[in-house]
Amino acid sequence: MNPQLLQLICFYAFGFVTVAAALSVISLKNTVHAVLALVLTFFSSACLWMLLDAEFLALALIVVYVGAVMVLFLFVVMMLDIDQEEMREGFVKFLPVGLFVALVMLVEMVGLIGVRAMHAQVLGADPAAADGMSNTAWLGQALYTRFLLPFEIAALILTVGVVAAVVLTLRERRDARHESPAQQVKVNPRDRVRLVKMAAVRPAAPAALENDAAQEPRP
Amino acid sequence: MISLAHYIVLGAVLFCIAVAGLFINRKNVIVLLMSIELMLLAVNMNFVAFSRFLGDVSGQVFVFFILTVAAAEAAIGLAILVLLFRNRSTINIADIDSMKG
Repeated sequence: MNPQLLQLICFYAFGFVTVAAALSVISLKNTVHAVLALVLTFFSSACLWMLLDAEFLALALIVVYVGAVMVLFLFVVMMLDIDQEEMREGFVKFLPVGLFVALVMLVEMVGLIGVRAMHAQVLGADPAAADGMSNTAWLGQALYTRFLLPFEIAALILTVGVVAAVVLTLRERRDARHESPAQQVKVNPRDRVRLVKMAAVRPAAPAALENDAAQEPRP
Repeated sequence: MISLAHYIVLGAVLFCIAVAGLFINRKNVIVLLMSIELMLLAVNMNFVAFSRFLGDVSGQVFVFFILTVAAAEAAIGLAILVLLFRNRSTINIADIDSMKG
């Protein structure tokens, strides 16, 4: 079979799955099912990116999104006790206007981007392979040279995100005893301990004790 | 043969589905957050396609940054959601009106 035709068939198959899963994300009644549909959307998008030889990003999408973000979504959905019926309120009411806006936007976008002109651009040789390296090396070389500062800022954003999520959900319990490190650090030793100067004088020992000490043999 | 138009149209379709999701699920914050994730996915699809067809690595680098920021955004958004549910026992947007916006 012609490999280009095979690619096209794969594109249509994965694209169909992506669109169908995206539609079920916004229309499913049960939120848990919607999250699982979103997982399918991300997974088939990763397959589509594989078709474009973007292996690193496709795998990052699966690892980061399906593995971390979607699991976080699932945790939150299952933790919260949501009234499904109440959440569906207004679904039918807003359905016509939602569909209308989406369709108009789609027609405008497709008209604007000029499908016919873009159709002339067919999939050529992989630019990474043309440079003689893998997609990951190609991406990494740009990331660690031209985009080094943005890369480090991205790391900082992730750190801030982690700290913010912890700080937001941290609950301080009033009924439990706990220590405050900030106050511990702030405390001044003079408030807690009073040092008293004393003269270095040997106190007079009682007579009986001195006699006992004298009788014991010295080592 | 796959052309650039295939991917761009797919991205546009995904984006419009996400916009429709924002409209019809106006009560459920979780579905709203998921619609935003779908929008980001649509944009990423365009970036990857243009990067591949124009042979420029910057598009894929930018997708990497979008993934990073989206992960941080999802973490903070869900943390706020948990906090909201703990304080108000609801995530219905119609009930969250204490700011009188």
